[in-house]
Amino acid sequence: MVLNSIDKLIKKYENGETTLEEEQVLKHYFSKDTVAPHLEQYKPMFAYFLENQQEQYTKALPLKPKSMFNYKWLSVAAVAAILLGVYFSMPVSDAHYEQNLVGTFCEPEEAFNEVSKQLAMISSHFNKGASTVNYLDEVHKGASTLNYLNEVENTTSIIFKTN
Amino acid sequence: MTQNEFLNIVMPFKDKVFRLAKRLLISTEEAEDATQEVLLKLWRNKTKIAEYNNVEAFSMTMTKNFCFDKLKSKQAQNLKIVHSNYEEKDTPLQKQVELNDSVSWVERIIETLPEQQRMIIQLRDIEAYDFDEIAKMLEMNNTAVRVALSRARKTIREQLTNTHNYGIK
Repeated sequence: MVLNSIDKLIKKYENGETTLEEEQVLKHYFSKDTVAPHLEQYKPMFAYFLENQQEQYTKALPLKPKSMFNYKWLSVAAVAAILLGVYFSMPVSDAHYEQNLVGTFCEPEEAFNEVSKQLAMISSHFNKGASTVNYLDEVHKGASTLNYLNEVENTTSIIFKTN
Repeated sequence: MTQNEFLNIVMPFKDKVFRLAKRLLISTEEAEDATQEVLLKLWRNKTKIAEYNNVEAFSMTMTKNFCFDKLKSKQAQNLKIVHSNYEEKDTPLQKQVELNDSVSWVERIIETLPEQQRMIIQLRDIEAYDFDEIAKMLEMNNTAVRVALSRARKTIREQLTNTHNYGIK
């Protein structure tokens, strides 16, 4: 009885007319040890189908693919580079120019006054320095007292007649 | 869509994708690569997933197309050895072992089937999809699927009967 229905199912199965449920019945039947001898050749087929169903994909899935190169950051870097370049390549910035102007005058008279003031200051300091060197006059004084040495020279000229 | 949501959608059928890829490409490594490629493609287009009415069927179609592309490019690359006049006289040991294992015979028989029949056997007898789904996945009509399936089943059975009888005699 069971065998009869299996035979029918097999026929339907080969014609591709079985439903999924009927195929389940067949799979179940052929997974058992007691299979009619004339259906023996179907056994490996269904065994293979069942076995193959167990095969699994075991590889890990790298869902975070390498983050794409962010072009936003490239533009940020470019802007920074340009700014730095501009900053360092500017020949004289305004601040430097102002600094160089310190101590210069626009009016000639003002400049003259300032120069003479500066020169007066320099000369006064110079005189102060020179005054401390006055003691050098003492040396002259000492040297003048040595005049008597001339007398020695006179006497020697008497002894050695010179032309 | 977060990673977890995506994985929840993909998990139930990722093995099916893998098995279909393996059925077509035969090599496990290549099937793994193909599966990864298909799933990553889905992930990249995750914003569109909601628009697909059947993600699973869509993925299977994608897998099929991807594997076909792979096979085509492989055929173009490979050099074929035309003069195969160095056939071995004795059955190699590997083959002898396999001969004993009738289940692996089924695999070898399926490998000799045309690609379309292979896919249909895979989808129907292993993954147990109904005919409408298979027709949609393979972009075929319902009757054509049935015919191809019937042919494939008959071929497998005939080949198996042959080897079965050889085994006995």
